[in-house]
Amino acid sequence: MYRFRHQDLLGIDQLSVSDIHSILDTADVFREIVTRDIKKVPTLRGKSIVNFFFEPSTRTKASFEMAAKRLSADMLSFSVSDSSMVKGETLIDTARNLQAMNLDLIVIRHPSSGVPHLLAKYVEAGVINAGDGMHEHPTQALLDLYTIKKKGRIKGLRVVIIGDIAHSRVARSNIIGLRKMGAEVTVSGPPTMIPVHAESLGVKVVFDLAKALKSKDVVMLLRIQFERQSEMLFPGTREYSTFFGLNEDLMKGVKKEAIIMHPGPINRGVEITNKVADGPYSVILDQVTNGVAIRMALLYLLIGGGKDDHLD
Amino acid sequence: MITWIKGGRIVDPRRGREKDLDILINKGKIESLLPPGAFHPPRDSEIRQVDASGMVVTPGLIDMHVHFREPGEEYKETIATGSKAAAAGGFTAVACMPNTNPINDSRSVTEFILERARKANRIRVYPVAAISKGMRSESLTEFGDLKQAGAVAVSDDGRPVTNSELMRRAIEYAGFFGLPVISHCQDLDLSNRGVMHEGVISTKLGLIGIPAASEEVMVVREILLAKLTGCPVHIAHVSTEGSVAFIRQAKEQGIPVTAETAPHYFSLDHRSVMEFDTNAKMYPPLREPRDVEAIKRGLSEGVIDVIATDHAPHSPLEKDVEFDRAAFGIIGLETSLPLTLQLVRDGVMDLPSAIAKLSHNPATILSVKGGTIEEGKEADLTVIDLNKEYVVHEEDFNSKSHNSPFIGWSMKGKAMFTMVGGRIVWNSDEHNPGR
Repeated sequence: MYRFRHQDLLGIDQLSVSDIHSILDTADVFREIVTRDIKKVPTLRGKSIVNFFFEPSTRTKASFEMAAKRLSADMLSFSVSDSSMVKGETLIDTARNLQAMNLDLIVIRHPSSGVPHLLAKYVEAGVINAGDGMHEHPTQALLDLYTIKKKGRIKGLRVVIIGDIAHSRVARSNIIGLRKMGAEVTVSGPPTMIPVHAESLGVKVVFDLAKALKSKDVVMLLRIQFERQSEMLFPGTREYSTFFGLNEDLMKGVKKEAIIMHPGPINRGVEITNKVADGPYSVILDQVTNGVAIRMALLYLLIGGGKDDHLD
Repeated sequence: MITWIKGGRIVDPRRGREKDLDILINKGKIESLLPPGAFHPPRDSEIRQVDASGMVVTPGLIDMHVHFREPGEEYKETIATGSKAAAAGGFTAVACMPNTNPINDSRSVTEFILERARKANRIRVYPVAAISKGMRSESLTEFGDLKQAGAVAVSDDGRPVTNSELMRRAIEYAGFFGLPVISHCQDLDLSNRGVMHEGVISTKLGLIGIPAASEEVMVVREILLAKLTGCPVHIAHVSTEGSVAFIRQAKEQGIPVTAETAPHYFSLDHRSVMEFDTNAKMYPPLREPRDVEAIKRGLSEGVIDVIATDHAPHSPLEKDVEFDRAAFGIIGLETSLPLTLQLVRDGVMDLPSAIAKLSHNPATILSVKGGTIEEGKEADLTVIDLNKEYVVHEEDFNSKSHNSPFIGWSMKGKAMFTMVGGRIVWNSDEHNPGR
C-alpha cells in the first residue's frame, strides 16, 4: 500500500506521481476543515516548526504560519535580512544551531539555490523548501497543481507559462510537476528570459505570445521582476507590456474554459491587464486559499505521523 | 654523500626515453646514469640507497599554476604548507600566482615569497608577478625589476586584464624580457554573476550559468594578440571544446601559443554540481562531457602542453556556505598525479607524454630548471609507484585546506619519493605509514 515516506520536501523533483496525488488528496481534507467555523485541529499539538525566511515574503510566510496554527503546532517565524554569512557564520553552523533547538520541521526560504538541500544534510528535523534562489518552490507548484485539479484533471492539459522563466523557481517547480502529472507545457517570453536548453526541462518554447496561447487550458503568468531591467534582460516595462503582456485580445486565442494563474504579487498593467486579472478566467485568489490547505497537508504528511485518526 | 636510486625505470620525457637505469647523485646533481647492476659501491663509502625497484623515476614534477595564499590568507595555505602538499604530490617546483594580499606586483612581494620558500626549504617556488599594478588592468608592473627579483612569468590570474590595449602592451613588453604571459581567460561581463557552467544542469538547478563563450572570447583575443605581437602567450586552465579548437588552429598557423588544463577538467563534468557541492565550484567551471572529451583529445594531440592544478585552497568559511556565495577553486597538488596517470591507463597518452606535461613542458615554458634526467643536471626527481592503490582521505591532505571533490575517490599511482637538488623532501612511507 502507498505511504508518503519523505522526511523533507526539497523539490518537486523528488516526488513521485503517487506522492503528488497523496498530497493533493490530503489537501482536500484540510480544505474542508478550513471552511468550518472552528478552523483549528489538534493534529500537530506539541510539534515545533520554525519559519526561516532569508528573503522578503508575505504570502508564503503567512500561508505557512496559518497552516501551522490551524494544526495547533508551535511556530516561530524569523525574517533574516541576509544570510548568516554576513555575520561571519557559515551556513552549516547555522544549521547546527537550528539542530540544537530540537525542532520538528524547518521551513526555509533563501535567495541561494540549494540551501534547503544543504540544510537537510545537517539537521535531523524535516526541511520544507519555501523557495530557494532560482531553483524550486515546490509548495507553490503543489498549490498550483491543486488549483488546476479542482477545475478537472491535469493529465493531457495544455499549459503555457509566460514571463521570466530563466529566473523563476515557480516556473521550474511547475514545469517539473506538470510534466510529471502528464500535462503539456509551453513556455513563452522574451528570449533573454527563457533559459538556455529550456527544452531539456521537457517544455516547448514559443516566443510569440499569441501563438503560445493558442488552444491552451491553463495560462500561468510570472511576476516580472523590475530589478532584472539592470541585467539587460528587457528594455523597459512599456516594451514588455506591449509585446509580452497578457491582454483581453490575446485571451481570445485560449480555450473558452481556460484559467489564468499568477503566483503573485501582480504587476497590474505590466504582465497582465486589470481586466484579465480580475476577469472570469482568473483563479488567482483561489490559489491563495488553496495554498493554506496544501501547506497543512504537507505539515501533516511530514511530521503528523501519517495516520488519519486525528483528522477530525 | 652519494645517493643511489636503484632498480627503477627512468622516464625522460625530453628524450622520449623509458629505460631501466640506476641514478647516482652527488652534490645535488645527477652524476651518472648506469645500467642496472653496473654500479658496485666502493667499500667504506657512505651511500644512501633509494630502492626504486618496480617503480618509475621521472624528472621532478612541476606545477606551473598554484595559489599559496601567502602573504595575506595564511589561514588557507602558507608557502610552507603548500610546499609540503606539493612534495607529497610528487612536485619539486611550483609557480605561484600573484593574487595574494598584497598582490605580487612589486619586487618586495616577490622577494618575500622567495624568502618564505627558502625558509620552508622543501621545493622550488617560482613567483608569478602581476601584469598590472594591483591587478586593476590600468598600468603595467615593472616586468624587468620583477624578473630580476625572481619572477618567472606574469599573469593577472583570477582577475583578467580587461583592457585589450594593455594586454597587447604587456605581451610585447614581456617578450623583450623573455617572461611568458599567462592569461586567465574570462570575459567578466559574459560570466557576470555566473557560478557554474551554463548548460542543462544550470538550467535545472536554477544557478546562473557561465557560458563557454566567456572563456573562448578571451582565448581568441589572446591568440590574436600573440599573432599581432609575435610574442608568446600561455593560456591557463583550458576547459572548453571551443578553446581547444581555437588553440589547435593557432598552433597550426605557427602563432606562439601554449596551453594548460587542470586534472578536474578531464576528470569531472558539470553533473558534479547536482548536489550543490561547493567543491565542484571553480573557475572556469566544470563543463560538459563533450568538453571533457575535447580536453583529453587536446592533451593526446599535443594541443594542450601542460597539466597544472590551479591549486586553490579555501577554508570552510568560504566553502561550507551557499553554493552561489562559495569561493571558486579546489586544491589539486595531491591528486594531480594519480588523475593524470588514469589518462595513461585509459590510453589517452603514453607515460612519457604525460610526464612531459607535468615536468618538461612547464619547465620549457617558464625557462626554469628541471624537466629532464641528464648527467650533470640538478637532481630534481620523483619516484612513482604506478600500481599503488589508495583512497583519498580528507585527513591525509598535507595542504592546510581540504576543498577537494576527489575525497573518497580510489586512486592508483603515487609519488613515493620526491627529491629536490638531491635531497629527499618527501618519503611517502615515512609520512603515511600503513597507507
